[in-house]
Amino acid sequence: MQNKPELNLDSIQYKSEVKNLCFHYGEFNALQNINMVLHDKQITALIGPSGCGKSTFLRCFNRMHDLYPGNRYDGDIILYPDDVNILSEYVDPIEVRMRISMVFQKPNPFPKSIYENVAYGLRVRGIKKRSIIDEKVESALRNAALWDEVKDRIHELAFNLSGGQQQRLCIARALATDPEILLFDEPTSALDPIATASIEELIADLKSKVTILIVTHNMQQAARVSDYTAYMYLGELIEFGVTDTIFIKPKNKQTEDYITGRFG
Amino acid sequence: MQPDKQLEDIRAIIARHKRWDMMFLVAGVISLMIAVLTFIALFSHMLIDGMPRLSWEFFTSYPSRHPEAAGILSAWVGTTLVMIVTALSAVPLGIGAGVYLEEYAPKNFLTEIIEINVTNLAGVPSIIYGLLALGLFVYQLSLGQSILAAGLALALLILPVVIVATREAIRSIPVTIREGSYALGATKWQTVYDHILPYSAPGILTGVIIGLARAIGETAPIITIGALTFIAFLPPSPVKEEFPFLSFEWLMAPFTVMPIQMFNWVSRPEEEFQFNAAAAGLVLVVMTLAMNGLAIYLRYRMRKKIKW
Repeated sequence: MQNKPELNLDSIQYKSEVKNLCFHYGEFNALQNINMVLHDKQITALIGPSGCGKSTFLRCFNRMHDLYPGNRYDGDIILYPDDVNILSEYVDPIEVRMRISMVFQKPNPFPKSIYENVAYGLRVRGIKKRSIIDEKVESALRNAALWDEVKDRIHELAFNLSGGQQQRLCIARALATDPEILLFDEPTSALDPIATASIEELIADLKSKVTILIVTHNMQQAARVSDYTAYMYLGELIEFGVTDTIFIKPKNKQTEDYITGRFG
Repeated sequence: MQPDKQLEDIRAIIARHKRWDMMFLVAGVISLMIAVLTFIALFSHMLIDGMPRLSWEFFTSYPSRHPEAAGILSAWVGTTLVMIVTALSAVPLGIGAGVYLEEYAPKNFLTEIIEINVTNLAGVPSIIYGLLALGLFVYQLSLGQSILAAGLALALLILPVVIVATREAIRSIPVTIREGSYALGATKWQTVYDHILPYSAPGILTGVIIGLARAIGETAPIITIGALTFIAFLPPSPVKEEFPFLSFEWLMAPFTVMPIQMFNWVSRPEEEFQFNAAAAGLVLVVMTLAMNGLAIYLRYRMRKKIKW
């Protein structure tokens, strides 16, 4: 484990604050009364056994659940600095998704060229000027550590890339629109160890630009990349704190059992 | 039991099972041959009868009392124009309905009823569509016994095929692609226009062409709305010398189509007309096969670019 600089909790601002969040799929209560914060320009990891609601929680942040009928949010997710509750029915989910990007479990590039994949978020925002799009596509690909590998074949189909490259392309696509928060839903679960390592390195690098929330069921990954960790179980937040504390000295017995591998 | 004995038993069982394999293979090949041979027999019969009649004049002559002078000019022009009307009306309506049902419609009881009905519509006998078109287009909307009325009647007939093909093509797009688009802040329409429609285009196109290949051979609804069987003039040209250069008079013109021309010739007592019918049939089959071939080619071309 690499050494992380000492965290001074008071100096770090909140990017988002979750207050009494409950979520229902129809009758099923998937998340129960969750309270936590996302620190600005920090990486927060969500860990827990399968079915504990970590992906469901992540998908509240970009209102993905609004795409399907019968889902209901209660409680608030406040986004700072403008203090807006993104779960409010008065806030358009599309506006939320324009501010908070997401990278999915399986790389899901569109069957278009590499360039068009990255440019899509810009096109959705009505940006038409070629020079602006060119510039943003290049900088997003650079930030996703993919530019050098693809700069000569940027108009080729995205499917010709390897799995790890496709996932970095999806990260570039999410970065192109300068999001405030970047959500990762188990971004390396479909990748081999080498591709996983490069994605983890990339996530660590992105911290200087954007607030990151990552779901992972790989505890070593959480320990390696995150500054804060939240342990969830059966739709509840069991423990939330600085990653080193959670992994070295968890307060809760359940967290300790999960982290030491006695359960889960 | 001895190991040798055991092995012998196993071999006997395998041999017995393989005999069943063989029997099914033979039964399968026979079933296939019945279908293929029937088609080959029909087609070659038509080829032998009709081939000698096929000439440039056959395509450029109007029907005539003299079998050797008769041709299919008015029929193939009529078929082409009716197909254009059918395609132009069925494709946007069918795609629109399919996209609505898959992407926009709320999942409730009413939608389910509509979905079941759309699927059932594909099984309604074509003459029923003819009756509907006679009442609605010919009389109610006063379109007369025109190309427009016939094209719209056939469009109704193939609409369910286009809708079902559209829905199936849309359903084969993985949910992750759709979510990828929404996650970037796309609206429903942006997702449909930029992703759903382009990626489902090969499937939709196949459905459209299969529908048109069905419509091209339809006789019953066209007869019901009163297409002429003997017609010695062409509809007015769609292009004009003077402004605005386009004319839509042809839409209201009387017409005939290939299958009706064939039907007319088959019902004549003179044997020479049978050869004409065979030749026209040959042209119709080639038109249908060409359309199906085009569908397969386009699907192959477009699918190459799309992988999940």
